[in-house]
Amino acid sequence: MKPSAFNYAKPSSVDEVLGLLSEHGDEATILAGGQSLMPTMNMRLSAPSLVIDINGLVDLSGISSDGDSLRIGALTRHVEIENSPEIAKHAPLIAMAMPSIAHPAIRNRGTMGGSVAMADPAAELPACLCALGAEIEITGSGGARKVAATDFFRGLYDTDLGDGEILTAIEIPKISAGYRSAFDELARRHGDYAMCGVAAHAKVDGGTISDLRLVFFAVGGTPVAAASASAAMEGQSVDDNSIAAAQAALEEDISPFDDLHCSATLRMHYAKELTKHVLTTLAAG
Amino acid sequence: MKKHHISATINGDEVDFLCETSETLLDVLRDDLNLTGAKEGCGTGDCGACSVTLDGVLVCSCLVLGVEAEGKEIETIEGMADGDELHPLQRKFVEHIALQCGICTPGLLISARSLLEKNPDPTEEEVRFGLAGNLCRCTGYQNIIKAVMDAAQEMRGA
Repeated sequence: MKPSAFNYAKPSSVDEVLGLLSEHGDEATILAGGQSLMPTMNMRLSAPSLVIDINGLVDLSGISSDGDSLRIGALTRHVEIENSPEIAKHAPLIAMAMPSIAHPAIRNRGTMGGSVAMADPAAELPACLCALGAEIEITGSGGARKVAATDFFRGLYDTDLGDGEILTAIEIPKISAGYRSAFDELARRHGDYAMCGVAAHAKVDGGTISDLRLVFFAVGGTPVAAASASAAMEGQSVDDNSIAAAQAALEEDISPFDDLHCSATLRMHYAKELTKHVLTTLAAG
Repeated sequence: MKKHHISATINGDEVDFLCETSETLLDVLRDDLNLTGAKEGCGTGDCGACSVTLDGVLVCSCLVLGVEAEGKEIETIEGMADGDELHPLQRKFVEHIALQCGICTPGLLISARSLLEKNPDPTEEEVRFGLAGNLCRCTGYQNIIKAVMDAAQEMRGA
């Protein structure tokens, strides 16, 4: 297996990347960690005529704390996020999700920006970012703009990134006092893409849940916020009755599909079981 | 497409090579440099047979371009033994019969060495998760886990 022939550029500034993108349009693709791009090129599912390697843009890498939010550069590798004390403290949901993302070799290379821009419907990070109310920073020729994660993911592998734009950073609000996170997914094997997964974030006060944000992945084309199930838990403590109500409400929120790995019915069953699990985890602290 | 001139360090040796943009690091190692220890199992990062380290970090060489190797230090299975002296992991793989067909073995050894560098005293569960990116279709993994645990103990001097 070998990619088809392409030209290669390794720019040293974001401006240079933007210039190449505007010149080459759809024919160009950005190489960050390459852990999603390279498989598609090896399988010739994608055949760009120009690969723009952004690994020289060191300014796009790193995690910084800025007041009430964390800023994660697009080129920050998963392994750095996984091992970051700042992430563990201020965005524990991200830290919880990290071990479920593929395997160590892939996390050594894969990047935050790459995962988000790729927008795989079964990926963990997009759902986490939606649950946390994160913002995506996008840079184009007119400068930088920010878009809420919940607006960024528009469809299957489709995002708000426009022609000639590059994703440059993610901003995540630091976890507020009294809030907790939980994460779980079900995959055939550890490290595989999930058949169903959920990111959960809520305020928990003496066992009472409020402001719950349950966001599922691998159940639709984008991360899917379970608004009804989340609302069903408002002001409730976590017990058999409230869990059953949230599970019932989930039927309004998600419409899973059949695929090779499991049926829609099984996926819905998994979603309900995962709901029970993350709610119990949130309540237990 | 013009070829790119790349300078890298491979198993401690400074190496120059010409590569096409469409060659992965694995293609370069196997086809241009004749280092055929790393194998292509899948080309998608699922099997780990192509594992090497890039600046000390474990990667799938099928998911890195040859041109990305510029200025990097690469270590492959060919550099693991010290002359005729096998690395403890290699010796324990032989002792525990932790291989059958051998296709996955170079990747597993590189991956296991990387794991033990980060965690010299892993639990069995940590070894299983640490090596989960390396598929073996022959052994059933039991002897691989035993070999890695045994090698870890020896390498700790315990």
